[in-house]
Amino acid sequence: MNLTLKVWRQNGANDKGRLESYQVKDISPDMSFLEMMDVLNDQIIVEGKDPVAFDHDCREGICGSCSMFINGEAHGPGRGITTCQLHMRTFNDGDTIYIEPWRAAAFPVIKDLVTDRSAFDRIIQAGGYVSVNTSGNTQDANALPIPKDDADKAFDAATCIGCGACVATCKNSSAMLFVSAKVSQLALLPQGDPERTTRALHMVEQMDKEGFGNCTNTGACEVECPKEISLENIARLNREYLRASVNPDK
Amino acid sequence: MSVLDSKIPSGPLAHKWTHHKDHVNLVNPANKRLIDVIVVGTGLAGSSAAASLAEMGYNVKALCFQDSPRRAHSIAAQGGINAAKNYQNDGDSTFRLFYDTIKGGDYRSREANVYRLAEVSASIIDQCVAQGVPFARDYGGLLDNRSFGGVLVSRTFYAKGQTGQQLLLGAYSALSRQIAKGKVEMLNRHEMLDVVLVGGKARGIIARNLVTGEIERISAHAVVLASGGYGNVFFLSTNAMGSNVTAAWKAHKKGAFFANPCFTQIHPTCIPVSGDYQSKLTLMSESLRNDGRIWVPKKLEDVKAIRDGSKKPVQIAEEDRDYYLERRYPSFGNLVPRDVASRAAKERCDEGYGVNKTGEAVFLDFSSAIMRYGKTEARIRGIENPSTDQVRALGEEVVGNKYGNLFQMYEKITDDNPYKTPMKIYPAVHYTMGGIWVDYNLQTTVPGLFATGEANFSDHGANRLGASALMQGLADGYFVLPYTIGEYLASDIRTGKISTDLPEFEAAEKAVRDQLNKFINNKGTQPVDFFHKKLGRIMWDQCGMARSAEGLTKAIADIQALRKDFFANVRVSGKLDELNPELEKAMRVADFIDLGELMCKDALERNESCGGHFRTEYQTEEGEALRDDVNYAYVAAWEYTGSPADSILHKEDLKFEEVELKQRSYK
Ligand SMILES: Cc1cc2nc3c(=O)[nH]c(=O)nc-3n(C[C@H](O)[C@H](O)[C@H](O)COP(=O)(O)OP(=O)(O)OC[C@H]3O[C@@H](n4cnc5c(N)ncnc54)[C@H](O)[C@@H]3O)c2cc1C
Ligand code: SF4
Ligand code: FES
Repeated sequence: MNLTLKVWRQNGANDKGRLESYQVKDISPDMSFLEMMDVLNDQIIVEGKDPVAFDHDCREGICGSCSMFINGEAHGPGRGITTCQLHMRTFNDGDTIYIEPWRAAAFPVIKDLVTDRSAFDRIIQAGGYVSVNTSGNTQDANALPIPKDDADKAFDAATCIGCGACVATCKNSSAMLFVSAKVSQLALLPQGDPERTTRALHMVEQMDKEGFGNCTNTGACEVECPKEISLENIARLNREYLRASVNPDK
Repeated sequence: MSVLDSKIPSGPLAHKWTHHKDHVNLVNPANKRLIDVIVVGTGLAGSSAAASLAEMGYNVKALCFQDSPRRAHSIAAQGGINAAKNYQNDGDSTFRLFYDTIKGGDYRSREANVYRLAEVSASIIDQCVAQGVPFARDYGGLLDNRSFGGVLVSRTFYAKGQTGQQLLLGAYSALSRQIAKGKVEMLNRHEMLDVVLVGGKARGIIARNLVTGEIERISAHAVVLASGGYGNVFFLSTNAMGSNVTAAWKAHKKGAFFANPCFTQIHPTCIPVSGDYQSKLTLMSESLRNDGRIWVPKKLEDVKAIRDGSKKPVQIAEEDRDYYLERRYPSFGNLVPRDVASRAAKERCDEGYGVNKTGEAVFLDFSSAIMRYGKTEARIRGIENPSTDQVRALGEEVVGNKYGNLFQMYEKITDDNPYKTPMKIYPAVHYTMGGIWVDYNLQTTVPGLFATGEANFSDHGANRLGASALMQGLADGYFVLPYTIGEYLASDIRTGKISTDLPEFEAAEKAVRDQLNKFINNKGTQPVDFFHKKLGRIMWDQCGMARSAEGLTKAIADIQALRKDFFANVRVSGKLDELNPELEKAMRVADFIDLGELMCKDALERNESCGGHFRTEYQTEEGEALRDDVNYAYVAAWEYTGSPADSILHKEDLKFEEVELKQRSYK
């Protein structure tokens, strides 16, 4: 199929940026969206121009690198997928496709479709861990049985890939879904229990400091999240945060 | 006498590691604060090492080329991690894991290293659970296990099909904690482009800040390479797009010997290639072989009917299917090791039985498992005389619980529903057993330069067993390197900061700049991938699943010609001082070309078949790999002397004291 692409081009954080138009031809429906972008880039390079920069690595929906806002949706049409898992069979011959970066104050554009998401790392650094050192002497892994249901819920929350689609989708650019996923995972497991209170407080504090917006429960994040992280986690984070604020010493 | 000293401790195998740990030099906590360590890479091997070294008190600088340490390629590992816990009470033990790994590796790895790996495996699981890694559990709340190829016990721990993700996020959380404390300085979007040697010791690196393009000098008392494997030399592989050999290759050029480069793992169960535009291949985890049966039709007319769409796979009668692994290897069946399964698939497809348009695919079928689980489930739920549809629905639920995300991934890529029709799979490049040569302390032939994880060659011989790479990465990073590096650093407590103004840094930086500028100023016409794809084709055809002296000789000449073509005709757009992914790729492909040549040379040198290295001249009558233990029971460690063509081979003889060398049999 033949397509018209309107791609966001921006040379660094200080450039204003603009949409540029490109034509690509003979795109196979079996190609992934990023393979289509490869075709575009090879074409641009042969013309002697600057290819479109975009983040990607695993190309199988797990590393969280890829991050394109396609036709007004984070990771494009389709539910439960990342941009790299989007296939061209979703589109029709002759379509015009708009491709933009994540847009959020806390994710400044570095170049074209590449943004700086290091704010997420700093939120994890604020408390998204269990304080245990490496040693050969932690207790035996089976010494503490964990109800399957809790383990499964913790796992579901832990599948967040840190892509930032939730933020890009949210009209307030809130990072609540991301933060709640990590807080939930650790709150549901006995290993995370001792630091439950400080964790919730510190991570939320860092989130605010990074310039993410407030959550107004629109639920758009859950819809666009490629890992289908549930809004229940936000409810749990709110409970954890409340519990921590009421009883900060615990 | 070999120049290689593996530093294997003396004493009985089972006591070597404990004894070594008890006698290794220690650095006192106050002195650790005076010592800097660079860790290149934040996959399982790098994150775990960086976090552990920082906890111990060293000042760590860690690098990754992604925008966050959490995105390292380890994140993509699916199936699981081995450990000799014997939770299933099925006869597992440290010795058995050791033995399986040595045998699986076709007797081309070091006994002492492998035994140590098996020994620390149990601690890895304990450590990860303590960090909050949500492994799969059974209804009693205890950890669940599954089986992987090449073994007869159930020792693989998993978190659905996302085990690598969960383990890496565990290590990333430990790393994040140290970053918050200021003990690790994390350099994201930084690529190491050279090692700097001062007085013969590794004392730092040159790195490019991938956002600004700035070239940075970073000094330290020791450098750890945890930069992953080099499967992308084949262009198409299951590795992440950015996985590369540059860090390892630059170290090789500076004196680190490269061991067994030709030992590559071709994984039997990947989604087949669908077109020339393809940028990577997707693995379907080996865990699927627990429940999936591999087959092709027995009759060529059925093959034809499937290819032209006039018959569906489910319409092929049971007696007309050739479950060729079960036929050839009755005792291990679908769970033979990867190299064996891959070659068997190639054999069927070469004979014309491939089931897709390109003739390069076989079926992986879950229908028996679905019905079997469905029946059990119906019994558990007390459903009397369930209908076939009911049984199938229940069975699909069970299978969905085990492999749901893999099935979903498959369907997204191929648009086929694997619950209803068998998957189509074909072997693809997946892992590299070869890598930087290291001694028992994980130190390379350059003093102060260490290598861990997939970047080193140490534990998997000529073939890696499934679920053992994650185990090795974390063993190296959490439990081995933090001890063994002390042996070296103990003599550095009075050295003081290493200055980056030394002439050695100056010279290394200049060389890096020159190479980058050469690419930017080249007046070529073709993008980098054009050359990378050509290289991949040569490697896959001549240095892939089957190799021959004739093919390898031709490949070497072809690669040498490709190198000339590449440097003359590559076009790298953009500038040096900005984010420039094409420039990054060009630097990596230059090193892949060199490596490819060395791999072919190594494969040509090894006149035997073992594990993933299959030389068509050396096979048994049944087509199995034919080893030559008299002449080739050694590690081939290559020394760089100016070009891959001139590299010098050093041999580390492998001594087997505990296991008897046998022809591997999975029949
Ligand atoms: C799809 C897939 C599934 C797998 N499943 C399993 C499984 O189920 N079980 C199992 O045991 N194994 C599995 N493996 C193998 C296993 O995942 C890898 O061998 C292992 O994760 C490698 O870890 P590592 O830490 O050595 O390297 P990587 O995880 O590859 O990390 C490399 C790091 O080095 C950095 N780096 C590289 N070069 C440079 C440079 N020049 N400068 C700066 N940084 C650099 C990268 O940024 C990255 O952080 C799988 C592999 C694949 C491809
Ligand atoms: S919660 Fe979902 S959308 Fe947000 S970062 Fe995690 S995976 Fe991405
Ligand atoms: S490239 Fe890794 S999630 Fe898309």
